[in-house]
Amino acid sequence: MAFPVENKEGFSVVMLNGEIDLGNSPDARKVILNCLKKMKHVVVDLSAVDYIDSSGIASLVEGFQYARSNNLEFGLIGVSEAAMSVLKLARLDKVFEIHASLDERLKRGS
Amino acid sequence: MDCEQQLLAMSFCSHPSRLKLLRCVLRDAADMVGLTEEGSDAVVLAVNEACMNIIQHAYEMRPDGQIDLTIVQEPDALVFRVRDYADCVDIDKVCSRDLDDVRPGGLGVHLIGSLMDECGFLEPPADGGNLFQMKKFLKEQS
Repeated sequence: MAFPVENKEGFSVVMLNGEIDLGNSPDARKVILNCLKKMKHVVVDLSAVDYIDSSGIASLVEGFQYARSNNLEFGLIGVSEAAMSVLKLARLDKVFEIHASLDERLKRGS
Repeated sequence: MDCEQQLLAMSFCSHPSRLKLLRCVLRDAADMVGLTEEGSDAVVLAVNEACMNIIQHAYEMRPDGQIDLTIVQEPDALVFRVRDYADCVDIDKVCSRDLDDVRPGGLGVHLIGSLMDECGFLEPPADGGNLFQMKKFLKEQS
C-alpha cells in the first residue's frame, strides 16, 4: 500500500490515512524516509488517520531521527484525535513539531 | 451476572493483516458490554499491541503462528486473554522502557499498562507458549 505524497510550498506532505498498524506501517516508514532523502522539509499529515499503533508511531519516530541526524525538517500536521491520544500516551506530543496545518507551519516561517 | 461469561474465543494466524479483523471484534465486544468510546479505544489499542508483540517477538514475524484470543465478561470488567504457542518468554525482560529515550519501538508494554486497568502474564499453559491477560473495568458504562 502506497501512501500519497503531495509537494506544496517546498514541503513534501505524506498523507497517511485510515488505520496505521503492523500491516502497513512498513509502507509508511518507507514513504517517509524516501521523502526525507529527497526533500529538506517533510511533514506527515495525520488528519485522515483513524487509528495508529506503536508500529505506526515507530515509523514517525524513525522519520524524526533521520531528519535530526541529517539536519532536515520533519513534523506532523493535522494530527487526528486518534493519533494525538497515542502520541500523548507515548509522551511524543512534545517531541515532534506539530501544526494544525501546513499553512500554520508556513506562517511560522523558516 | 454472578460470574464470568465467555463472550468469544477465536484463533487467528500471526499475519499482520489479521490485526485489522481483530480490532473489529474487539470494538464490537467493547460496544456490547457498554464501554465508553474512550474505553473501547483503549481496549482496541491495548489488545492490538499485545497481539503485535506476539507477532513481532514470539513468532519473529512468521505468519504461520497461532494466536488465541478469549474475551470474558466479569461482573465488573472485560477480560482479554491472548495465548501464543512460541517459546516461553522471560517475564523479567518484558518491561516498559524509558520514554524520555526517544526511539522507535518498545512502546507496546507501556501502552498496554497505561490503557488497561490490570495486565500480566498468567501461568504458562501446560502445552507450552505464553498466556497474557488484560482487564478493563466497566466502571464507566454508556
